[in-house]
Amino acid sequence: MKINPRFFIIPALVAGLQAATAADITGTITLSGTPPEAQVIDMSSQPACASLHTEPLKTQFYVTGPNHELKDVVVYLKNVTGKSTGPSAPPLLLDQKGCEYIPYVSAVQTGQKILVRNSDPAAVPLHNVDVTPTAEGNKPINKAQMTGASDIEISFPTAENFVRFKCDVHPWMFSYVTVVDSPYFSMSAKDGTFKISNVPPGKYTVEALHRKAGKVDKEIEVKDTNVKLDFTLEVPAGK
Amino acid sequence: MARSVNNPWLSRYALFTAIATLALIALGGVVTSKDVGMAVPDWPNSYGYNMFLFPVSKWAGGVLYEHTHRLVATVVGVLVVALTRWTCGRIACKPLIVIGLLELGAGFGMLHYYPALKGAGYFMSGIGVVVLLAGSNWFQNKPAAPLVQKLAWLAFALVQIQGLLGGLRVVLHDDSIGIFHAALAQLFFVLLCAIALCTSRWWGNLSSAFAPVADNHGLRRLLLVTTLLIFGQLILGATIRHQHAGLAIPDFPLAYHKIWPPMDAASVSLYNQQRVDAADPNPITALQIGLQMAHRLFALMIFCAVVLCAWATRRYLGARHPLAKFSLGWVGLIFLQIVLGAVTIWSNKAADIATTHVVVGALSLANGALLTVVSFRVLISPCVAVQTSTTPASSPAPSGQPATSAK
Repeated sequence: MKINPRFFIIPALVAGLQAATAADITGTITLSGTPPEAQVIDMSSQPACASLHTEPLKTQFYVTGPNHELKDVVVYLKNVTGKSTGPSAPPLLLDQKGCEYIPYVSAVQTGQKILVRNSDPAAVPLHNVDVTPTAEGNKPINKAQMTGASDIEISFPTAENFVRFKCDVHPWMFSYVTVVDSPYFSMSAKDGTFKISNVPPGKYTVEALHRKAGKVDKEIEVKDTNVKLDFTLEVPAGK
Repeated sequence: MARSVNNPWLSRYALFTAIATLALIALGGVVTSKDVGMAVPDWPNSYGYNMFLFPVSKWAGGVLYEHTHRLVATVVGVLVVALTRWTCGRIACKPLIVIGLLELGAGFGMLHYYPALKGAGYFMSGIGVVVLLAGSNWFQNKPAAPLVQKLAWLAFALVQIQGLLGGLRVVLHDDSIGIFHAALAQLFFVLLCAIALCTSRWWGNLSSAFAPVADNHGLRRLLLVTTLLIFGQLILGATIRHQHAGLAIPDFPLAYHKIWPPMDAASVSLYNQQRVDAADPNPITALQIGLQMAHRLFALMIFCAVVLCAWATRRYLGARHPLAKFSLGWVGLIFLQIVLGAVTIWSNKAADIATTHVVVGALSLANGALLTVVSFRVLISPCVAVQTSTTPASSPAPSGQPATSAK
C-alpha cells in the first residue's frame, strides 16, 4: 500500500518549527576566591610513567585561566530528565596516555558509550580500569587493560555526578564522568566558556557543578533566541 | 616414632608460621594503606597469567604489592597445611586425603559447571592438591595434645577461608568482604600464636613453675575483656581503612580544630570540597567521622584497661610473675600504638606508618590473647581453690601443689 506523503508534512513542520525555535545557552564560568595550589604528582616510583612527561604532572582540582575562568564545570539542565539520546550519541573516549586519564572531567548521557583506551607504550605494561559508581543501576567495574588491548566499553543507565574512574596500578590516575539524563549539558573549557545547544523553549533550572567549588543553580526561560548565562563559583571557605 | 608432644621443633615451626602470618598481615596492610587492593582485577590469576608465572616485568606500581600479598598468602597456606599434618600426626593423613579429594572435586565442579565461579574453582583445585600431598606423606609422628590438634584443624580451615575471602573481595568488588578479611586475619594470627605457645616447652612447664593461684580479683576476666576491647578496636580500624576515604579527620588530637567535629551535611560537604589530596580518596561521610572519633575514644579506654591489667597483675601476683611482666610489655605496645595512630594522622596517612599501626595492633591483640590463655592456666576460680584447700588429708594430694613439689 502506498503511503501518502502528505501524512508527513505536519510532523515535519512541527519538528522544523521546534528546531527553528530551539536556542543555545552559552556563558562563562569564573571562580571567586584563591584556590589551593596544584600539587606535583610524585611518579618517582614509576620511572616508566615519569619518562613520558617533560614537565611534572600536577593535580587538576582547579584549572583556571588568567581571568579566573574555571574549567571542568558540568553545566546542565537540572529539571530535564528522561530525554537521553545516549545510545545513539557518539562514544566518549577516555584515554590512558602518559599514565594519566584524558580528559580528567567529562560528561555523558545515560546509555551513552564510554570507550576506555590504553594508549600507553609497552614500557608501561598495564593499567586496570576501576570504576566505582554509587547510583543504583550503575555497576562497579574492574578490568585489566594491557598495552595494546582493545577498548573497554562502558555505559551507565542512571544519572550520577562524577563517577570515578581509577587506575590502582598508578594511584594518581583518576577521571570523573558525570552522567546526565538528557542531551542538554556542556563542559566548561579552559577559557571558562560553555554552550548547551538546541534547548527547546521553556523554563529551566541550569546547574553549574564543579567537583570542589560546589554548585550554583540559576532559573532561566528559553524562548526563541540564544540565552547568555554566566556563573561564578566560589572556593570553599577556609578551615 | 617422632613425637609431636613436647617437640621443640614443632613449636619453632608454629612460631615461624605465626611470624610469616604477621608478615602477610603487614603486606595486606601495605595494600590497603596504598589503596591498591584492586590493582590485580582477576583472581587467582594475575592479568590472565597463572599467578606463579606472572612476569616480574609487569609487577608495576600497585600490582607489586597486591601480587606479592597473594604469593605470600599462598606460602602461609602451605605452611599451615603442613603445620596441621605435623600437629595432628599420622592419624590426620586420612582426613587430609578425603578433604583434599573433596576440594579437588569441588574445584573441578566449579570450573566445569559454574563458569562464574571460575576463580574459586581454580583456588579450590589448587588447595586440594596441596592438602592431598600433605595427607599422602609417610612421616610417622605422634600427634600433639588434643586441644592443640583442634586448634591446628581450626587454623587449617581458617587459612582457606581467608584465601577465599581475599579473592572474593577482588572479584566481587566488595569492601565489606575486605573488612571481614582484615578482621579474620587478626584472629588467625592469634590462633597461630596460641598454637606456638601451647606446643612450647615453657607452656609445658608452666604449671610446675607457677602453682595455680585463686583468681580472687577477676584478673582472668579483666584480661579477657581488655583483649576483646582491642579486637573491637581492630574491627573499627579495619572498617575505617576499608572505606578508602583517607583520613576522615585530618588533625589530632583535635578534630577539625574542635573537641567534637561538626558532622552535619553542610560541614561534611565542606570537608570534601576542601580536600585536595593527590591520592583523591573516596568522599568523607558523617559515619566515617563518627567511626574515627569512636576509634580515638576506644584507644583511650584500651590504654586505661591495659594499665589496669598491668597494675592488677603486678599487685596481686607479684612483679616476677609472667602475667605481670607481659602486661607491662602490653602497656608499652599500646602506648606505641597510640603514638603510631597520631603519627598516621600527622603524616597524612603515610603508608609505612599506617601499616606499622596495623602490625602493632595485631601484636597487641596477640599479646592480650596469650595473656588471657596463660591466665586461665595459672589462675583458678576462687571456688575451686576453696574446694582444693578443704580436701581431707587422707585423700590423694590434689593438683596445684606448690612449685616445690614439681619435678
